[in-house]
Amino acid sequence: MEEIYDIIILGGGPAGLTAGIYLSRAKVKTLVLNVGVIGGQMSLTHEIANYPGVPNISGYMLSRTMQKQAESFGCKVISNAKITSYKLAGELKYVELAGKGTFSAKAVIIASGGKSRELNVPGEKEFAGRGVSYCATCDGDFFQDKEIIVVGGGNSALEEAVALTQYASKVTIVHEFDYFQAHKKAVEEATNHPKIDFILNSTVSAFYGSQSLEKVTVKNLKTGEDTETKIDGVFIFIGYVPQTQLFKDVVKLSDRDEIIVNNQMMTNIKGVFAAGDCIEKRYRQITTAVADGTVAALNAIEFIQK
Amino acid sequence: MTLDTNLEHITSEAQYHEIINNNKNVMICCGRMGPMCVPVYADMEELRNEYSKIKFYDMLFDLPDAHVIRNLPECRGFMGLPFTVYYKNGKVVKATSSIQMRDQLTEILDENFS
Repeated sequence: MEEIYDIIILGGGPAGLTAGIYLSRAKVKTLVLNVGVIGGQMSLTHEIANYPGVPNISGYMLSRTMQKQAESFGCKVISNAKITSYKLAGELKYVELAGKGTFSAKAVIIASGGKSRELNVPGEKEFAGRGVSYCATCDGDFFQDKEIIVVGGGNSALEEAVALTQYASKVTIVHEFDYFQAHKKAVEEATNHPKIDFILNSTVSAFYGSQSLEKVTVKNLKTGEDTETKIDGVFIFIGYVPQTQLFKDVVKLSDRDEIIVNNQMMTNIKGVFAAGDCIEKRYRQITTAVADGTVAALNAIEFIQK
Repeated sequence: MTLDTNLEHITSEAQYHEIINNNKNVMICCGRMGPMCVPVYADMEELRNEYSKIKFYDMLFDLPDAHVIRNLPECRGFMGLPFTVYYKNGKVVKATSSIQMRDQLTEILDENFS
């Protein structure tokens, strides 16, 4: 059986939920399909202190509040949805979900977000939670008086490296370039810290151990030389990748796999909009995702009412 | 202090033993309200509607009585929250460290409790 909506939103992070709030409040019959947990990357944020009007809130609570707000206006939200097929070309768009049937709409907003980039090297998955971590606030205290590596050179990597010095006896930052992408203050704090060392032009290329992580291979990207190093833990902060693989053969992507949109947030397909971390843009913040979601929603309303 | 979830919380060692000994299939997620833990709780809240023969609980990692999970031999070497432990007839059948996606959770549930 087919369920008919005016607009389907693919993704339940801040962009998708904001679009859900705006659309439902405008009496547009709206469905939010989320492939993961509601809130996306936002729900993974320990503490949000820069969302205007909200002095301090966990990403989990802000996600729940946005969902409730959307639902209060009549928006239907399905989380953990598994999309088995979809058709975005044509006047009516179709999305089929495993075990839940087919849904159609006059317009679709893709707000599929992003996820943490992984190194994708041998041993990384095997030792996740056993020495390999992507969250300093979660796992930092397991590394009290231990030696760790932080991989990355952006704001997250340098700020988290400094934060981890409250636990670790020594932090080595391994970064692929000989310069940092982080802002000046973060670079200064890290470079001036007595517990922090640097290995530049290098990356971690393999993880080894038995019950937990014991050593890594650090590869020098200029000389190709491999060095095995004993280490207790590795924290990886190398940015995000847009979750656009599902749409790569349909909507136009940039060379970084981000969805290309015009100033109305519309993709190369008529009636298919995109918003949030999955689109081509420079700054990925909850506030920018919320703004994208708003613009996409308002333009989508105009599109279906034409 | 408890976890801000809709799951039933385990708050003492006595309650923990009572639960694992009096229920055939049990899943306990022991963590904090951190980014790697929250998605697991959220999935468990939904999974309990789909797996009626399994009891789902959480436990605050920092409770002194949470040593019953922190010190399990099956959790040796774990250095990532949450510690998620699965029990059948009072015995640990599986334990995982750090975030697990919904598919990974259902795979473990289907494999051990079907």
